[in-house]
Amino acid sequence: MKHRYLPMTEQDQKDMLDTIGVSSIDELFSDIPEKVRFKGEYNIKPAKSESSLLKELSQMAAKNADNKTYASFLGAGVYDHYKPIIVDHVISRSEFYTAYTPYQPEISQGELQAIFEFQTMICELTGMDLANSSMYDGGTALAEAGMLAAGHTKRKKLLISGAVNPESQDVVRMYALGQSIEVVQIPTKDGVTDIDALNELIDDNTAAVLVQYPNFYGQVEDLRKVETVTHEAKALMVVSSNPLSLGILTSPGKLGADIVVGDAQPFGISESFGGPHCGYFAVTTKLMRKVPGRLVGETTDEVGRRGFVLTLQAREQHIRRDKATSNICSNQALNALAASVAMTALGKKGVQEIATQNILKTNYAKKAFEAQGFEVVYQGPHFNEIVVKADTDITVLTKELLKKGIIGGFDLGKVDDKLAGHVLIAVTEQRTKEEIDALVQEMGSFRA
Amino acid sequence: MRLCKKWGLSVHKDNQPLIFEITKEGRVGYSLPELDIPEVDLTSLLPDGLLREELAELPEVSELDIMRHYTALSKRNHGVDSGFYPLGSCTMKYNPKINESVARFPGFANIHPLQDEETVQGAMELMYDLQEHLIEITGMDEVTLQPAAGAHGEWTALMMIRAFHEANGDTQRTKVIVPDSAHGTNPASATVAGFDTITVKSDENGLVDLEDLKRVVGDDTAALMLTNPNTLGLFEENILEMASIIHGVGGKLYYDGANLNAVMSKARPGDMGFDCVHLNLHKTFTGPHGGGGPGSGPVGVKKDLIPFLPKPVLVKTEEGYEFDYNRPKSIGRVKPFYGNFGINVRAYTYIRSMGPDGLKAITEYAVLNANYMMRRLQPHFDLPYDRHCKHEFVLSGRRQKKLGVRTLDMAKRLLDFGYHPPTIYFPLNVEEAMMIEPTETESKETLDAFIDAMIQIAKEVEETPEIVQQAPHTTVIKRLDETKAARTPVLRYKKD
Repeated sequence: MKHRYLPMTEQDQKDMLDTIGVSSIDELFSDIPEKVRFKGEYNIKPAKSESSLLKELSQMAAKNADNKTYASFLGAGVYDHYKPIIVDHVISRSEFYTAYTPYQPEISQGELQAIFEFQTMICELTGMDLANSSMYDGGTALAEAGMLAAGHTKRKKLLISGAVNPESQDVVRMYALGQSIEVVQIPTKDGVTDIDALNELIDDNTAAVLVQYPNFYGQVEDLRKVETVTHEAKALMVVSSNPLSLGILTSPGKLGADIVVGDAQPFGISESFGGPHCGYFAVTTKLMRKVPGRLVGETTDEVGRRGFVLTLQAREQHIRRDKATSNICSNQALNALAASVAMTALGKKGVQEIATQNILKTNYAKKAFEAQGFEVVYQGPHFNEIVVKADTDITVLTKELLKKGIIGGFDLGKVDDKLAGHVLIAVTEQRTKEEIDALVQEMGSFRA
Repeated sequence: MRLCKKWGLSVHKDNQPLIFEITKEGRVGYSLPELDIPEVDLTSLLPDGLLREELAELPEVSELDIMRHYTALSKRNHGVDSGFYPLGSCTMKYNPKINESVARFPGFANIHPLQDEETVQGAMELMYDLQEHLIEITGMDEVTLQPAAGAHGEWTALMMIRAFHEANGDTQRTKVIVPDSAHGTNPASATVAGFDTITVKSDENGLVDLEDLKRVVGDDTAALMLTNPNTLGLFEENILEMASIIHGVGGKLYYDGANLNAVMSKARPGDMGFDCVHLNLHKTFTGPHGGGGPGSGPVGVKKDLIPFLPKPVLVKTEEGYEFDYNRPKSIGRVKPFYGNFGINVRAYTYIRSMGPDGLKAITEYAVLNANYMMRRLQPHFDLPYDRHCKHEFVLSGRRQKKLGVRTLDMAKRLLDFGYHPPTIYFPLNVEEAMMIEPTETESKETLDAFIDAMIQIAKEVEETPEIVQQAPHTTVIKRLDETKAARTPVLRYKKD
């Protein structure tokens, strides 16, 4: 068969079969028992040419409402942010995206150095001592943090704030189930972790307290209170954090976090219907040898030149097998590179500026909603999300907003019955004043 | 280098600068619009210690600085597009460019996972059709796209097996059996899923020892995890007997799909008796590999495991596609949202580019290439298992080791020829192993040139071993001190 990805010619085939000493390719499969042999071809769609497939798939893509066409106020863990054009140009260099894990450091210095820089940037933002080379996403990173804490403290209970992203809570419970670890939810009060309830729940079997900063409702938790209670009980404080917010917020590391995780999606990574994104994982030095996944370290070569290698691999599955600190192998390297490029492009000042714009625009939206007579239910400090009591059927509202070119906020009734009729609205730097005004006005006109 | 000197650092003149070493206060690499709303004093919004006092030390560089920096780094990296990359078990085939274009269509790249389902029907259609294709390819009854990578898929399937046994009251099934030749992720995933790992030996033919398997199974067996062909590149001919041994004691048979490229259109896991399977879409289906990820690790299952699939499950109704959350027996969520959609788009594009005859040709050519290389290299290296291989084969460097040259040395010497070396020292049951997987996208000329290089290296080992022992000679950096990296870990840059 002729195909642009398959260079085999009939002559090649003949020559190679001669060298092997068989008369047909079929002979090479003679070790597959007759009973399990698949005959013929798969019953799947026939191959398409490049241009006809492009056309079909672009039509399929066009059925979706994208945030280049619509003004999106959806967040809840995934955000529409400024993605510097240069990000795609860098990650499209095929020396990066067609390589695999840098097992041969002499020909993988590019990837290794880029990841070393990524680790450094994550440390800078989170205020932690070290960070790994990436995890699948924020949810699984949080779950792995819980597992690390349980292993480190030899305790079997995790307390997780009710203000942690519900999907991440689900993932934590899944991982905990495998390890027979109990997960108890800490109630919220006024949209933040209820510290009194935390005080009640924490005990000497508590491995860690897991909180989100800013939390699922956009509120900025007071980590100092969480820290005091957590460390008094000799548990670890695990903070899940939107790294963009750390351009302006005091770092969790400075506030005493033992593990900081999250998703670097806000830095140059497309929403892509929920994945692939890029989990990050940062810890204090005392937990260094328990970190899951790959770590890149600096060293020197035989003539003293600086170079980078995968290091502390005795933690990992390919060495330690069933005793590994995690089963993670493939990670999100290319997206870590994307995040590095975005963090580099934004830089010291840009990350601060963009984070500031998020807070200010969200504050503007909050005031505008209140001016329209809406109740914005949580009044603590926020980052780029607020909860608005919509006073209407949100399913209907969402469809009506779409007609006006707006992708509305997240219907909180889907995750919490008590919040039926409330909508979580994300306002990033991408939203203009006109778009925010239009959202508030349209929502105003649909009120019951 | 000039900048480094300026800071008085005693660093090597040939060091590649870090981005932090070319930063200069006042430079920017971004473009944000002016704030179009009234400015408010931040301290009024972030009271009492919430406002960061010291900014994160991120670089301050221009756009050209960034592009030059990463271009320089890319030149210090070897990808499939740079040259041959026969890294066994990783299926380093060509990554088609159409995949990259399609994944970046705004309708795929710029959609939010929590949008109203009516507004993402195209994305759900693609996911559904990909699932249908993967069901046919694996011979399974249902597929979930949720797991993020192969190891994640392994763990997902094991959690389903665990839930299945628990639903039957079989709580004593605490053991997962893996062959001694298995990928490291298999035992690691078993541990994460709460199982104990039992190792089953390989026999003299490189296949699972059936007698040993019979010895280790019992009513505590939850599952056997198996790669077929195995990591030696050999097809487990006794697969049906193994299936009946495992099923006979009530266990489940798990297929590690890392080596699917070897059997597409030739033998389906579902027909071999496997109850569940994970696939590595970044391997067999051209993800791409991304320098280590992101991957995608869909899991396929037979009927009796369907109720336990992670939720939501994508279903097709008369009105269109829907996510079904009402799955009372579901194990729950293994990942936020619906999997690595962007990778799934690429895999779907690839499958649709190949079609049924293409998928068959892939396997045939991958296996032909591997056997051709194996036979040409056989006179020069030890071949522990002399029989037809599938998509990859394992050589042993023990002959060269006797002459004082290790497999590691030969791998480093290959770098001088512009090749990425094979996977080395794996599988663990072959001494000084070299695991070579050419894939179907490489031409005979490429294979021949690589074979010639390997033969030359074998000759050097006999005549001028020091050339091999001291390799590489032509790379941007020589062998690195890994002991130093581990003893005194430096895991981040610090300005001092």
